[in-house]
Amino acid sequence: MTKSPPSVIIYRMQYVILKKVNFDDFITALAAQEKVVGPVARGYDNFSFQEVKSGKEISIKYIPTILPPKKYFMPQREKLIEFDKSQNKFEAVLEYDKVVIFGIHTCDLAGIQCLNMVFSDKPKDINYLVRKNKLLIIGLECNVYCDQYASCKVVDNHLPNGGYDLFFTELPDSFIVHVNTLRGDELIEKTRLFNPAEKIHLDQLEEVRKKKREIFKDEVKIGHHELSKLFDRAYDSKVWEDLDKRCVACGNCTNVCPSCYCFDILDNMNFDFNTGDRSRGWDSCQNEPFAKVATGENFRKTRGARQRHRYFRKFKYPVERYSRYFCTGCGRCTRTCMAKISLKETINALVDEQK
Amino acid sequence: MKTLKLTDSEYLVKQGKIIRAKQMTKLEKFFEIALAGGESLDHEPGQFVMVSIPGVGEAPLSISSSPTKRGSFEIVARSVGKVTSALHKLDTGDTIGVRGPFGKGFPVQILEGNDLLVVAAGLGLVPLRSLINFVIDNRRDFGKVNILLGCKTPEDMLFGDEVESWRKRIDVNFDYTVDRCSDSDWKGNIGLITSLIPGVTIDPERTFAAVIGPPVMYKYVIIELLKKNIPERQILVSLERHMKCGIGKCGHCQIQNYYCCKDGPVFTYEQIKSKKEAL
Repeated sequence: MTKSPPSVIIYRMQYVILKKVNFDDFITALAAQEKVVGPVARGYDNFSFQEVKSGKEISIKYIPTILPPKKYFMPQREKLIEFDKSQNKFEAVLEYDKVVIFGIHTCDLAGIQCLNMVFSDKPKDINYLVRKNKLLIIGLECNVYCDQYASCKVVDNHLPNGGYDLFFTELPDSFIVHVNTLRGDELIEKTRLFNPAEKIHLDQLEEVRKKKREIFKDEVKIGHHELSKLFDRAYDSKVWEDLDKRCVACGNCTNVCPSCYCFDILDNMNFDFNTGDRSRGWDSCQNEPFAKVATGENFRKTRGARQRHRYFRKFKYPVERYSRYFCTGCGRCTRTCMAKISLKETINALVDEQK
Repeated sequence: MKTLKLTDSEYLVKQGKIIRAKQMTKLEKFFEIALAGGESLDHEPGQFVMVSIPGVGEAPLSISSSPTKRGSFEIVARSVGKVTSALHKLDTGDTIGVRGPFGKGFPVQILEGNDLLVVAAGLGLVPLRSLINFVIDNRRDFGKVNILLGCKTPEDMLFGDEVESWRKRIDVNFDYTVDRCSDSDWKGNIGLITSLIPGVTIDPERTFAAVIGPPVMYKYVIIELLKKNIPERQILVSLERHMKCGIGKCGHCQIQNYYCCKDGPVFTYEQIKSKKEAL
């Protein structure tokens, strides 16, 4: 009896290298086959995720985009139902694009992880769950702080915590790429531009992370674990009265937040007055009628109550439900606020008050 | 952009046919609805459905019939918004969209064997009617049953004939009141619903209270129930909130860390007493 030969095990490299000179070719090659989006400069220190055809269009160094990549996972407006009134017919639909998203920072990867938890919580949201797997995620590390508004360290999102297919870290002459999934590996194999990482690259990566541990410090006067306890005692704080006077209830903070997912559902009738669709669109708990019932009661009438609700939805309620902060530390709410309401200042004011 | 048809979407709507419709008061209209293909709604007392009219939208409405009534279910719509106004224009034979049932209703398995004190004010009777009729249809499985009703004037009383039949039953203690009255034939009391509670004789240890009414009412009724020594976990309330999805996602109905649509709408007082936005 002959023994069958042992199966061949191929140990794939977890880390591969893309030379910086090949970056443009990498994106161009990808974009020739699939829709690729990445961070693109829009002037005045604004960036947005947009479709790109070459690597030259991408800003490797960028501060968080105006809107987070949430817009690909949960579009601003999304069809849920198509109806035909005369036939009493309703059909549930999902509209999607297959997209490779390049350059998602660790804060925004955390935002996607938050959305994943919410939409896979039962009853599941099939539209979200099917669409998310049509998207390929390529992360990109921040070697230094983007700006003074970020607070990614205190929520523990300054280093990669998974949630990507590939993850790029910039080294002096190359990118070192962590291959996290088979899908990511297949994408790399297709382009033939990557080489296995050598010891020098891994040393350089370790050097980047070591420097980051020196640079990134808790951005507020309280540490990671104490943060949720701070909110246990914050409900009746005077800080919300201050925000009540300053907030203009525009909803900017929630629109740009990578973990805000509240929505409205609206019917749209076509001009034939027979067919149409039922769609969901982003909504904001900062809008005055958000918690108002048909008979007129409004359960969060004041802007202060609504701002408190926003903060509690980042630092308290999700900790109880999902065991994680829903603030990703990206700093967008502070950057965009017309009334200059600052997340870091709010937290520090709560800390000072409780001293 | 590619399009997929989904058969397992929570937003998928069932067809419901209006088999009976009746204007009850100026603002409230009653509808009996049968799902297509004779499908059962399979609900618990206290649950709600999302009712929709294509092109107009969806609205959450309490189920008013008991699950013991099979083959169809009943709702009552007060004409206050876009969807409920459009619903009022529909009649027997018309079709609507139905999603649900949603939420946590009254824990009837736990209530069985215990005494019940039902406190219904205004539109609160609509969902509590589901519980009352469930209890009446399974009457021997429950202990003492007290029903207290309240509304603004005798003309606002919903389900008048049914209410009269409850009043006349020997196996139910019944009392009702109106806020004000110009009708000399009125047999009940005049005053707020809270005024009826002190006069009820109960064994607090084995009594569950089920309370539904306008948001402003809860605080005052709960004070009276606590005076009667009913334990906090045996006071059941159903809370009204703005709702869009019914599945704990859209955020509108959030009461601190609870989603009213999914964790409620029926809560024990023990669950919500420390939630400052709840009552």
